[in-house]
Amino acid sequence: MLDTVGVPDEEALFDIPESVHFDGEFDIPARDERTVRRELENALGRSDDLTEFLGRGHYAHYVPALVDDLASRQEFLTSYTQYQPEVAQGFLQALFEYQSLLVELAGLEVANCSMYDAATALGEAATLSQRVRSVSGERVLVPENVREGKLAVLDRYADGPGLRVDTYPTDEGTADIDGLADAVDDETALVYAETPTVVGAIEDSLGEIGDLADAHDALFVVGTDPVAMALLERPVDAGADVVVGEASTLGLGSAGGMGMGLFVTRKEYLRQVPGRLVGAGEDRAERRAFTLTLQTREQHIRKERATSNICTNQAWLALRAAIHAATLGPDGLVDLAEDCVRLATDLADRLDDVDGLQAPVHDRHHFREFQARTDQPAPAVASALEAEGFAVHVVGDHRIQVCVTDATEPAVDDFVAAMAEVA
Amino acid sequence: MEERDRYRRDVGADDAREEDNGTTGTTYDQARWTDDGAYEPLLAEKDQTEVSVGGDDSPLPDDLTRDSLELPALSEPELARHYARLSEMNYGVDSGPFPLGSCTMKYNPKFTEALAAHPDAAVHPDRPDESLQGLLSVAAQLQDYLGRIGGMDAVTLQPPAGAAGEFTGIHIAKAYHEHNGDNRTEVVIPDSAHGTNFATAAMAGFDVVELPSAEDGRVDVAALEAAVGDDTAALMLTNPNTLGLFERDIEAIADVVHDAGGLLYYDGANLNALLGRACPGDMGFDVMHYNVHKTFATPHGGGGPGAGPVGVVEKLAPFLPTPHVRATDTGSDGGSDSATEYERYQPAHSIGKVHGFEGNWLVLLKTCAYIARLGDSGLADASAKAVLNANYLAERIDLEVPYGPFHHEFVASAGDRDAADFAKRMLDYGVHPPTTKWPEIVDEALMTEPTEAESPDSLDDLAAAFDAVADADEDALAAAPERTAARRIDQVEAAREPRLSWHALESE
Repeated sequence: MLDTVGVPDEEALFDIPESVHFDGEFDIPARDERTVRRELENALGRSDDLTEFLGRGHYAHYVPALVDDLASRQEFLTSYTQYQPEVAQGFLQALFEYQSLLVELAGLEVANCSMYDAATALGEAATLSQRVRSVSGERVLVPENVREGKLAVLDRYADGPGLRVDTYPTDEGTADIDGLADAVDDETALVYAETPTVVGAIEDSLGEIGDLADAHDALFVVGTDPVAMALLERPVDAGADVVVGEASTLGLGSAGGMGMGLFVTRKEYLRQVPGRLVGAGEDRAERRAFTLTLQTREQHIRKERATSNICTNQAWLALRAAIHAATLGPDGLVDLAEDCVRLATDLADRLDDVDGLQAPVHDRHHFREFQARTDQPAPAVASALEAEGFAVHVVGDHRIQVCVTDATEPAVDDFVAAMAEVA
Repeated sequence: MEERDRYRRDVGADDAREEDNGTTGTTYDQARWTDDGAYEPLLAEKDQTEVSVGGDDSPLPDDLTRDSLELPALSEPELARHYARLSEMNYGVDSGPFPLGSCTMKYNPKFTEALAAHPDAAVHPDRPDESLQGLLSVAAQLQDYLGRIGGMDAVTLQPPAGAAGEFTGIHIAKAYHEHNGDNRTEVVIPDSAHGTNFATAAMAGFDVVELPSAEDGRVDVAALEAAVGDDTAALMLTNPNTLGLFERDIEAIADVVHDAGGLLYYDGANLNALLGRACPGDMGFDVMHYNVHKTFATPHGGGGPGAGPVGVVEKLAPFLPTPHVRATDTGSDGGSDSATEYERYQPAHSIGKVHGFEGNWLVLLKTCAYIARLGDSGLADASAKAVLNANYLAERIDLEVPYGPFHHEFVASAGDRDAADFAKRMLDYGVHPPTTKWPEIVDEALMTEPTEAESPDSLDDLAAAFDAVADADEDALAAAPERTAARRIDQVEAAREPRLSWHALESE
């Protein structure tokens, strides 16, 4: 090969001025595969082996083996973004089916192929509000209990277009409608509400929030997830203009905070949508075929006038979510969602029977998670629980948050017993 | 061995690869399942089952629930077949050569997948630092590795993709200037840069100043001097640039930007060319992102998840996103000592967050494993092979490559052919085509990056595909592709009447 190129060695091919040539070492030793695996597995093993009753935006449901098996096929895993659709029909169709799943769940017409996570999807919704003609104003209203990390991301996305992020009050973990009515004004470009909310409460005034947003020509953005949407009131029926949230509740499980953002909106905002869209078209054989479409919205065509800078998204996780949903089917998906209500309700009842605990804190229907008051300081309770092998959130001096899913259900009895010991 | 030699000669022959009776060299037919005007039917065409939601057995009152849900209800064998067939109609790196310029489609080692699937990696980030030492120690190790590789003083792992890394880096630059009471409104970007650079600067609220390239395809230093000033927040630069050319004047470029009070941003898209031979930090860059897929072989997954860690020099470290990981006792950015305890903290002037949690953790874990596996020698060798392979391939094809000396990628011209048609014909030879029609400085550009993963045989195969297409007549190009699952797709028509869900198809 060197002869063909006509150089004595590979170094001769590098056109790097001597003054910036790196002559040092990284001091990273090469290791064989087995050694690297052992080292990193040992490192990972330094985390305590805890059964996690944790949620607050990052959830673990049981993921069927079929998901891992199919998604791991190299044709999916090692492929690129589908810039050559003729040779990428399989992934395109899977993404089209993912989009369709979200359209069915949310009731709105347009779902993109994914965003990074729920927080960045909300950030993108905020920038969308500035591109929608019917919306004026530069104020974004979010509930006061929105998770801190999500709010921080929203602030970052709001910085460029100069949006102001304000909060509105909550009551029993869901929106305080009177407080929202006072807060919303004609400068409001976006009203955000979640169901379930960060404390696990199911929002019972979604339609009223939508009406308030509508009355002030603000975009109504609903935060939720695909499992919740299988059971709860459809966002479209509450007047949602955009639906965002964490779609990795399907197909992923606990992953160190890695997620996948969903983004669904109205057809009238189609040309303002951030991210990738798969559409159906036709090929020369006159068969239906799929392709990335409306790419003139995107950065590689539109550059600084693009709807977003997003390029790589979370496509492979969208594939996993689609496969997971397909294995559940409509019955299974609704059952899973109903279990999220039953498990949380039952566990709250059982913890409420434990001396030193009162649960749930909020007088609402709950989904997956709830908060509990602790007579003892919450950090002490959580710490003692860790010694018993369980993790919960500490959310206040005397308040914890507990999340339960089908993945942790088998450990519930032991968890309640441990709580009885430590609370 | 004899077999192989004979095959090579055949590929080199002029009459090789006559389409449809092409019997020499590799031929390719992608699996194609067809069904009544479509390929594999949609799940929803196989079954639609509507279930009612709510009612007496529901744990919720009816006013909180939807009425019904209609989705496919299929058995596990039916689903296994559905997705297996879809996978057969998809082309991956393990299928064949994938020389997509600037996208760096290198081989993805399998052991990193096994590692990412380890139960100990499946942790929730909202645990106390003391109980999360596994995740934190690996994060610290990766921060340390990346800092060394980039010549940077501190690294954040939070950005979930390259574009998110740009977003992070440009916001760090913005926060730095604001902290110094310096109101700077412009970001300067060469015309040959990735589209994300322009979009990122605009998203962060900056005006974009586009810098025309010099005749040699590099940054025009005189034009740069004219473009920068008191308003310049940063120059975003890829090096080697998208033509594969090293910006030889990088030190002068850095001086011009720094003298104007701006920061120098390194787009890590092409770092795979430089490993062990040049560090962005040594070249004067202040902030950079790494594309872990492009440089450290994490699978692209058909469009993500990726990760776009950001490295900064010392003066920018206080602006990194929160939380950042450090050693509890020394406060250092990383290291891999199994006795060291690690903690998360908020940097003094943090820009806040760019991801709801701490980024694409499982992808970062694979990144760390790849770097540890290769080490100094492997990383340097990866770059050497990537550059050699690009030069070898360019030597073997009959197309003009107007700019050089290039490194890991080159931009050939399809000449009087339409580059997009050229690419479609390449699909019929079982290879993925290059990136087409970009950068615009080359007419009918074929931006080609074979990566270090391809063997000499595979590169010969790829060269034969290039040459066969270059020799093909216009009709063959217009008819292409013929051997892929789908034939040429009318993208203009698909965009005219967008149909984005099976609901949209049903309503027709």
